[in-house]
Amino acid sequence: MKRIVQLLALVAVLAVVPALLPPYYVTLLNYIGISALVAVGLVLLTGVGGLTSFGQAAFVGVGAYTTAVLTTSTSLPGWIAWAGASPWLALAAGLVITGLIALLLGSLTLKLSGHYLPLGTIAWGISLYFLFGTLDFLGAQSGISGLPPISIAGFRLDEGGEIYYLIWAFVLAAVITTHNLLDSREGRAIRALKGGVVMAEAMGVDTSRSRIVIFVIAALHACAAGWLYAHMQRLVNPSPFGLHHGIEYLFMAVVGGAGYVWGAVIGAGLVTLLNQWLQDWLPRLFGHAGNFEIIVFGLLLLLILHRAREGMWPALLRLFRVKAAPKVIVESAAALPRRTLPARGEVILEVKDVTRRFGGLVANKDMNFSMQAGEILALIGPNGAGKSTMFNQISGVDTPTSGEIVFAGQVVTGRDSREIARLGMSRSFQHVRLLPKMSVLENVAIGTHLRGSGGVFPSAWRMERPEEERLLAEAARQIRRVGLEAHMHDEAGSLALGQQRIIEIARALAADPSLLLLDEPAAGLRFKEKEALAELLRKLKAEGVAILLVEHDMDFVMGLVDRIVVMEFGQKIAEGLPEEIQQDERVLAAYLGGVE
Amino acid sequence: MILGQDGVSSGAIYALLALALVLIFSVTRVIFIPQGEFVAFGALTLAMLQAGKVPATVWLLVAMGAIVAVVDGLARLRDRDTEGLGSLLGWNLVYPLVLAALLHAVEPSGLPMVLQIALTLAILVPLGPMIYRIAYQPIAETSVLVLLIASVAVHLILTGLGLVFFGAEGARTAPFSEGSLTFGEVSINLQTLWVVGSSLAFIVGLAAFFTRSLYGKALRATAVNPSGAKLMGISPVVAGKLTFLLAALLGVFSGVLIGPITTIYYDTGFLIGLKGFVAAIIGGLASYPLAAAGAVLVGLLESFSSFWASAFKEVLVFTLIIPVLLWRSFNSHHVEDEE
Repeated sequence: MKRIVQLLALVAVLAVVPALLPPYYVTLLNYIGISALVAVGLVLLTGVGGLTSFGQAAFVGVGAYTTAVLTTSTSLPGWIAWAGASPWLALAAGLVITGLIALLLGSLTLKLSGHYLPLGTIAWGISLYFLFGTLDFLGAQSGISGLPPISIAGFRLDEGGEIYYLIWAFVLAAVITTHNLLDSREGRAIRALKGGVVMAEAMGVDTSRSRIVIFVIAALHACAAGWLYAHMQRLVNPSPFGLHHGIEYLFMAVVGGAGYVWGAVIGAGLVTLLNQWLQDWLPRLFGHAGNFEIIVFGLLLLLILHRAREGMWPALLRLFRVKAAPKVIVESAAALPRRTLPARGEVILEVKDVTRRFGGLVANKDMNFSMQAGEILALIGPNGAGKSTMFNQISGVDTPTSGEIVFAGQVVTGRDSREIARLGMSRSFQHVRLLPKMSVLENVAIGTHLRGSGGVFPSAWRMERPEEERLLAEAARQIRRVGLEAHMHDEAGSLALGQQRIIEIARALAADPSLLLLDEPAAGLRFKEKEALAELLRKLKAEGVAILLVEHDMDFVMGLVDRIVVMEFGQKIAEGLPEEIQQDERVLAAYLGGVE
Repeated sequence: MILGQDGVSSGAIYALLALALVLIFSVTRVIFIPQGEFVAFGALTLAMLQAGKVPATVWLLVAMGAIVAVVDGLARLRDRDTEGLGSLLGWNLVYPLVLAALLHAVEPSGLPMVLQIALTLAILVPLGPMIYRIAYQPIAETSVLVLLIASVAVHLILTGLGLVFFGAEGARTAPFSEGSLTFGEVSINLQTLWVVGSSLAFIVGLAAFFTRSLYGKALRATAVNPSGAKLMGISPVVAGKLTFLLAALLGVFSGVLIGPITTIYYDTGFLIGLKGFVAAIIGGLASYPLAAAGAVLVGLLESFSSFWASAFKEVLVFTLIIPVLLWRSFNSHHVEDEE
């Protein structure tokens, strides 16, 4: 409610601004709006998704040039000529073209990890820019002029003060939809791209798809900005679409606060105004001999980076002590449908002759064991015995060199971890893999990913709210179940390590698994917490969930599990009931050192 | 054949730049966009010396030295750590001023070429560590993205300063030696030989530095595992400064080499630097020999495409890296995680 009031106030301010300010400032605001539109896309792509792109200016250029060619050329072939009838049709055509180019470039470059990606974007950014300047039908260096103004229902937007409203309507729509998107099932998947890829895949998120999605969205924002720009200027030429401008858009996003949607608007405003004022004022101080504004601009940017490396928006939030309101959990939301668990005693997991080599090191050698539904099996062994490697083979994070793994009646060897997750396997990690800046609730909600289906577009326009309520309610239910309800809305990174492990369990449970893999769940827990955890695992077992755990705490293991598999040097050295294992000579030798 | 020669000589220069970029990235995680500015500054400073003027870059050295001296000096005084204060002031205050005085005292255009080059290096190379100290050291722990944006800011500042120092006109320096060698049908430009020869010498020298010397090994250790290196007593600050020193040396020297071949403008550095980048990417920002090979490839491609399809020269060069990136992405399957 409060949010809507704030938004209406902002709309009111934006609406009266052109009447109050001189035309010069309205024009500036138009430029700010257009840049902000591009920067919002970058916030999603770079700030949230962690994919740095220098090439956005080229997409702006694609949008601008598409509309310029379509609306001015008189010699278009028949199959496309219809799109020149109105700028709006040209916008649609531009979005389609941009979408296709982005899909192509994305599928080529997004596989690149880390620092390759920004360099790849430099490459196609420059290539597209030089193409604008060399292709004859794009007017080469002189460009294309004489674009018609945009009209809405017969009303022509040919003044700066008129197109202003259209530009800022686009900006607001972009900001709001991006906000909504980030606060949804798809949004959690996107936010996991930065530093949580392995975890997200294990929770069933298709991270390659998420990458492409945000890349295309950012490109479409840029294309729309280019369309607005072309019809505001009424002419296009290559210069505003070069690499320098691509860098400037990135600047705006970073200066504003790369992870914050409103930061894009603040950043665009700050950078544009700074640029403009410096260009106005510095020549009066220093004369026209040099390009002083660029020097001062660079120095100011360094200063901002040094003083507020997170960007201006979070600094402002801190200044005014604004805190995000905790998410509302709708307790009355209908519970999510549950998986039908296999009958107790049915074999759910079979590991057959699995071997994993890393070069000369054999981490798992001819491992064989099987598990039944409703059974708790512990995998124990000294450090370095290959237990976590075994986990990774089973959950699809890694692929065995040879051997076969059968889960829920299907051979899963070599399949992606997200496919295996879909079959009902869920896991926690030995080294906690949470998104530390996200709340406990949202972290756990990632576990529900496969139990929802809300896509990008419905999320952006809040049409998936009923489902989202059910997902969050489920996440909250699992958090209560593991006893962390007091920390529901805290940042996951602020909790103690033992509690973070418990969050991992809640997240795994939120996926409604039939087989749960827990890697050292009791490490870092106090005695009472261990008892509570054991109680929880017994309850799950009673429901028919199979649990495979790696654990070093023998008191915890011995009182809880049904069977134990002992590993040493990558091989199974014993298997049996806890009492048998405690008497086994080879196990004792492995743990206590043999008698020479 | 002439095209091939051109290609190889610009390739050799791109190779030096690519090495510098790989070096800086692997040690400090900075994608050093201003690397090209060292090239332009190197060539133009030398041109000013040859024209008998005192290069304005020496005042940049004085100014930046003063900033470093004040910032570090105050910090030391606050910590009551007076040890090393002398060398701090010596390097950052006294050295630039002495150099400036020297330049005013002598008539640089009358000096032999070797001394002119030495002066150019003496002026510009110390800028490397100073830039690291001022721009990067305070944010050394942040994300690659923030460091990258800082790089862009430094690039903007340096280009702006370049215009102030050198004006908008380009300049060309005198070649190291005139004429060409003729082997039967083939004649090879002497400057090309200089470029290729000294680039090779540099590469071999660097290889020796990294495999033999203690500091070289320390840098390699930092590149492989920064926190491990830190625990072993290798200061990340020293490593950063040393890297930037080497990169500045490579950049300025490339500028000195390229000066006689093409006309350099104050903003030429950016495109040259980018091509060094392309080469570095081919080497995956990690492998020095591959980066050098990539550089020669870029140089050849550029010189042949400028002959056959000059309008599309830049398009071709920059599109080249997409198939290379593709090939790299098909060859690396492991998923990146946790920055």
